[in-house]
Amino acid sequence: MIAQRLALSLLILWAVSVVIFIGTEILPGDVAQNILGQSATPEALENLRTEMGLNDPALSRYLSWAGGIIQGDLGTALTNGRDIAESMTSRLINTLFLAAFAAVMSVPLAIFLGLLAVRYRDRWPDKLISATTLASISLPEFFIGYVLILIFAVNIPLFPSVASVYDGMGFFARLNAMALPAMALTLVVLAHMMRMTRAAILNVMESAYIETAELKGLSSFKIIYRHALPNAIAPIVNVVMLNLAYLIVGVVVIEVIFVYPGLGQYLVDHVSKRDIPVVQACGLIFAAIFIGLNLVADITALLTNPRLRHPK
Amino acid sequence: MTKDLKQLAAMAASGALNRRAFMSRAAALGASTAMAGSFLGTAARAATPQKGGTFKVAISGGQSTDSLDPARSTNDTTLVVLKHFGDYLVEVDVDGSLVMRLASAIESSADAKVWTFTIREGISFHNGATLAASDVVATLRRHADETSQSGALGILRGIDTIEDVDGKVVITLADGNADLPYLLADYHLVIQPNGGLDAPDAGIGTGPYKVVQADHGVRYTFEKFADYWDDSRGHVDAVELLVIADDTARIAALQSGQVHIANRVPPKIAGLIERHPQIDIHSAGGPGHYVFNMFCDTAPFDNNDLRLALKYAIDRQQMVDSILFGHGSVGNDTPINSAYPLFSGDIEQRTYDPEKAAAHYKASGHDGPIVLRTADGSFPGAVDAAQLFQQSAQAAGIQIEIKREPNDGYWSEVWNKQPFCTSYWGGRPTQDAMYSTAYLSTADWNDTNFRRDDFDAKLLAARVETNPEARTSLYRDMSVMVNNEGGAMIPMFANWVEGTRSEVEGWYDDPAQTMMNGMATIKCWLKA
Repeated sequence: MIAQRLALSLLILWAVSVVIFIGTEILPGDVAQNILGQSATPEALENLRTEMGLNDPALSRYLSWAGGIIQGDLGTALTNGRDIAESMTSRLINTLFLAAFAAVMSVPLAIFLGLLAVRYRDRWPDKLISATTLASISLPEFFIGYVLILIFAVNIPLFPSVASVYDGMGFFARLNAMALPAMALTLVVLAHMMRMTRAAILNVMESAYIETAELKGLSSFKIIYRHALPNAIAPIVNVVMLNLAYLIVGVVVIEVIFVYPGLGQYLVDHVSKRDIPVVQACGLIFAAIFIGLNLVADITALLTNPRLRHPK
Repeated sequence: MTKDLKQLAAMAASGALNRRAFMSRAAALGASTAMAGSFLGTAARAATPQKGGTFKVAISGGQSTDSLDPARSTNDTTLVVLKHFGDYLVEVDVDGSLVMRLASAIESSADAKVWTFTIREGISFHNGATLAASDVVATLRRHADETSQSGALGILRGIDTIEDVDGKVVITLADGNADLPYLLADYHLVIQPNGGLDAPDAGIGTGPYKVVQADHGVRYTFEKFADYWDDSRGHVDAVELLVIADDTARIAALQSGQVHIANRVPPKIAGLIERHPQIDIHSAGGPGHYVFNMFCDTAPFDNNDLRLALKYAIDRQQMVDSILFGHGSVGNDTPINSAYPLFSGDIEQRTYDPEKAAAHYKASGHDGPIVLRTADGSFPGAVDAAQLFQQSAQAAGIQIEIKREPNDGYWSEVWNKQPFCTSYWGGRPTQDAMYSTAYLSTADWNDTNFRRDDFDAKLLAARVETNPEARTSLYRDMSVMVNNEGGAMIPMFANWVEGTRSEVEGWYDDPAQTMMNGMATIKCWLKA
């Protein structure tokens, strides 16, 4: 079953690469025009196009790119001629690091708040948690980012407003620089995970065996984490994975506001320049992460459900 | 007033203004001569540059697609980066005079066709090599090569040969050009070892700072080049350039003191930022202008009465007030303003006049709406400006239909293709360069399709005219011609608006480009 899923994933990746290629072909202008901008002379344009091989037909450009990918070669960026794999690695590590930092803060917090909301269901802690997390998910990301900058960088200078990280930076200096974007991301993804946790556990709480546990005289918090949570794990993992994927692929706005050198900004710059090999490579990586995390969610659901684990 | 005076005095002390210009500008601010004099004294004492420290700068425009190759530089960030590691043959000062840099002397033949540049001796590159005339020749040849993608290719097109003759660089032009040294001050023309032919993006030059790290679109770091030849520049030990595209983030970095300088402060909020006790806002008037382009050869714009009708139907002062928030000046339908050498200030300023507009409109015989294409990417506030124009034209009975275009692809699909659209020009070092780029009949970027033999003849005559008065008069005639008959409706010139923390000293306004023409971290210093 897993092998079938993997094969499907590869098919989807291929489809993604075709869609991205067609998409960037349809956009007006090409990379030569976008590099030279308003100052493009016809000669310079022609020289650049020839040098970049843009005059070849689209199909042959796609095939030569796909041929490279199969051999593990992402190619070189058209705009500055640098090796894509090399310049993307540090960006990807930055993105993953920020996502991990935000996840370490947000996932336990979301699950804990979810449990708390169930324990005090329909009482003020539940309502407070629901209201604040809903408010933070309803505000646009850039607004949360600006508010955090205003409070924690301008008014009370605790953290830097510019999350500029670079090679050779110490671990704690890095965490300090990343504090604000990680906080902003936490606020953005918290509500979704917390509400899903709450709903999934409440669903289980209706079951007869929970009533038995109550009659047995267990404390209500113990019932929730010992008996209800394990049976609600599959939908929670699902939503956690979706949010992790979001933390990696959907953080362009946060990266721009906090000037964080992640993959999102890198992708946007190259899309606006129509640098197709880079866009393709980023698209593939994003798609692979998305598909991979969903695969993990499916497998977890399988492992936590005895009925699926031991089919008759 | 005190703040302005201080700024003027600092300019005077750093040599950007001469004493007389300082006194007259100070008087305009309402200062007595004695008061102005004392300010000048204080500034001159304080103006002894302090050495050391790390300059941190937030700058816009950079992208991860950038390169250190000077030929490929197109934005604010790469411009500033080039000035850190590179030097030029000559520079243009704020008063329009030439400053000798890697060239120590320039001679020209009487017809301005053959130019000889003596190269300064004892200059070393960051890689240890010594600068020779051959490096200069190779650099200029690389940029002038027809197969190059250099942004300077256009301005070097008139060059016939570039030779190394006994250690001097001799440039021969096809036709004379009295402005050649000004053209060689173009920011792309960083002198590189062997012209950068071996490694165009190595980032090696003779500039005051060496490139330490270049993470394009993110961050650049530089350290002082110990063997730099000019002690009056490069005062700090290290520079850190942070590329911050988002306006709010850039200003927040300045407010929180994370950076010393932020460029491109949005005019809308400049007044608010200035209230911060530790931030100074600088607004430098330059040759950069916003323009509404009409094709002179395409109906209905081929009728000069219609062009005049539109030119009288735009409220210039309102544009400066509400689009630039006062950080600019009104335009007079010519690309030339006082930022250019040999400017004539006596051409009558066109103002908003709905009656005249209506009269010209009637004379043109045109009927029906006129389509204006615009996008916010064509200049900041372009869509708002188009709407203001629509309303002021309405008062003269002219219907403007605004067609909003996507920013993406605007320069390739709309500008220079559609007969009426909004655009901008960054300005050029000389009148000749500006006119040759966008108003000469044969220019690639003649974006108003303004093609007039008599205009071209005057431009070519001015190019070889060595008498400044005769030249000024020729340029005046050309401005008048463009003002009355051209297709460029130029309502405003925009200022460069930048913010600095109070520890930054030595700042003066240079209209040529953002960040004191890219020299902020090179000429300013940090107060300990």
